[in-house]
Amino acid sequence: MGNKLIKWLDERLAITTLWRVLMAEYYLPKNINWLWSSGVLTILVFVILVVSGIFVLMYYKPDAKLAFDSVNKTIMMDVSFGWVFRHVHAVGASIMFLVLFIHMGRGIYYGSYKAPREILWVTGFILFVLMSATAFTGYLLPWGQMSYWAAQTITTLFSKIPVIGPDLVIWIRGNYIVEDATLTRFFALHVTLLPALIVVFTVIHLYALRIVGSNNEDGIPMTKEEKKEKGIPFWPVFISKEFFVMSVFLFFFFYLVFFNYKFAMDPINFEPANYLQTPPHIYPEWYFLSFYEVLRGFFFSETLGLIGFVLSMVIPLFLPWLDTSPYPFISAKHRPLFRIAFWVFVADFVALTILGKLPPTGLFAWLGFIASLVYFGFFLALPIISKIEKKQAASGGVR
Amino acid sequence: MAEEKVSRRDFLLYAMGGWAAVGLGGVLYAMYKTWEPLPEVKAAGIVRFDLSQVQPGQLKVVQWRGKPVFVLRRTPDMGSCENRTVANEYTVVVGICTHLGCIPNWEVDKKIFKCPCHGGEFDACGVNIFGPPPKPLEIPPFKLEGTTIVLGETGPEYEKMMKG
Repeated sequence: MGNKLIKWLDERLAITTLWRVLMAEYYLPKNINWLWSSGVLTILVFVILVVSGIFVLMYYKPDAKLAFDSVNKTIMMDVSFGWVFRHVHAVGASIMFLVLFIHMGRGIYYGSYKAPREILWVTGFILFVLMSATAFTGYLLPWGQMSYWAAQTITTLFSKIPVIGPDLVIWIRGNYIVEDATLTRFFALHVTLLPALIVVFTVIHLYALRIVGSNNEDGIPMTKEEKKEKGIPFWPVFISKEFFVMSVFLFFFFYLVFFNYKFAMDPINFEPANYLQTPPHIYPEWYFLSFYEVLRGFFFSETLGLIGFVLSMVIPLFLPWLDTSPYPFISAKHRPLFRIAFWVFVADFVALTILGKLPPTGLFAWLGFIASLVYFGFFLALPIISKIEKKQAASGGVR
Repeated sequence: MAEEKVSRRDFLLYAMGGWAAVGLGGVLYAMYKTWEPLPEVKAAGIVRFDLSQVQPGQLKVVQWRGKPVFVLRRTPDMGSCENRTVANEYTVVVGICTHLGCIPNWEVDKKIFKCPCHGGEFDACGVNIFGPPPKPLEIPPFKLEGTTIVLGETGPEYEKMMKG
């Protein structure tokens, strides 16, 4: 019966060929580590977000008068298990960025953005931007004080664009301040367009991966034939390891959901939005703090801060063209100079994240400025490192 | 050049492409327009207020674009400020503290605006005189029509004030 159905489908959809190409005969190298499971984890978290999102959507009301109570009363108190889905959705959004940072950090450390994987890096970058937009629009929906003022502050940034700025910000908000029109359009983007685009770019990302294949710890270029000979198939070998990582991850995830969800629920956001009163301190969620700190880092000039803020988010897109050194200078494992730069960059990113939450005064203001410069310093150092490594490669390499 | 005439197929291609571009432009324009503020929002963006209804020494609060606007008819003992005075005797300022956006209170006996959040003080002209506020209270764009002030439109008096 089962075989007959598969045969029937196969004649019409060629499903066995599809399965072979995508899963059973898609090979990965053996010299990879647990960090290579972060990609599938992002998909897992995305699925968790979609499923929990659908359930909170069933009771959520996108109206400035109703939104706050629909979340904090209806979903949290009245709907059976409504609180589970709300906490899963909030924690899921936070953890998505943790997994994304690990995934991107892996890509940077092992040089997975370098030729021929530029499209993988670019689509991945677009996915990061889309995910940020989804998180930002979603954060407004509970209509609490922090939701409201985060949206107010970030949309105000658009008003600083020369000439069109003041009109643009009114157009984005649909009002002179963040109001009902802003809430409903953010809601529409959050539940339809942005997730749809994420799905589309995930498909392109995975398609590109099937063409160029996974990188490996040593950055050794491998043809498909070499991988078939020396590697492991995605299904069932890689995925069985992935299932193990997934189960460990889910323990951690649901531990957070049930016992430590407060990091994803700011207390200020349990006060309804009030457009006549700004909370004393406005700060974004932890995953945007580093970029926010670059904005504040140039404390002596608003214009420089804004330019820095935009650049800090755009510059990672150009990694494949800033760092052009050839094999064997792919993985940081075999690039001493790059390895130092990478760890300085990671430490700097963490420092920016911590500084983003501290008041921007005195010493912290200067530290923020220095950390912002170091952030850009990493990207600007790459062409220099590439030049040195190219010379080494020409004179016989380091190995 | 004359030899390279546009073939029938090219012509159809250009015509179809052009027509499709017109259609696409129309669609994008319509989408753009849907995000504009609704007529009711735009109407509330321009507020008219008759200044003569404010008694000397009295403060009235007008709501404009989701913000409180303080209209104060100053008496001579409140001091003067040539560059921040509307129609000779009024202070018209956005009632949002320039420090962190709280709403200051008008203290009649001291004749100052005092912010309850961090203790910032502004004189009757809206100029910061004490505490953390970095600059005076903002003056909203306005136009004068006789004794009526139109908030949200810029008139010559406002432009002169901004230049001075």
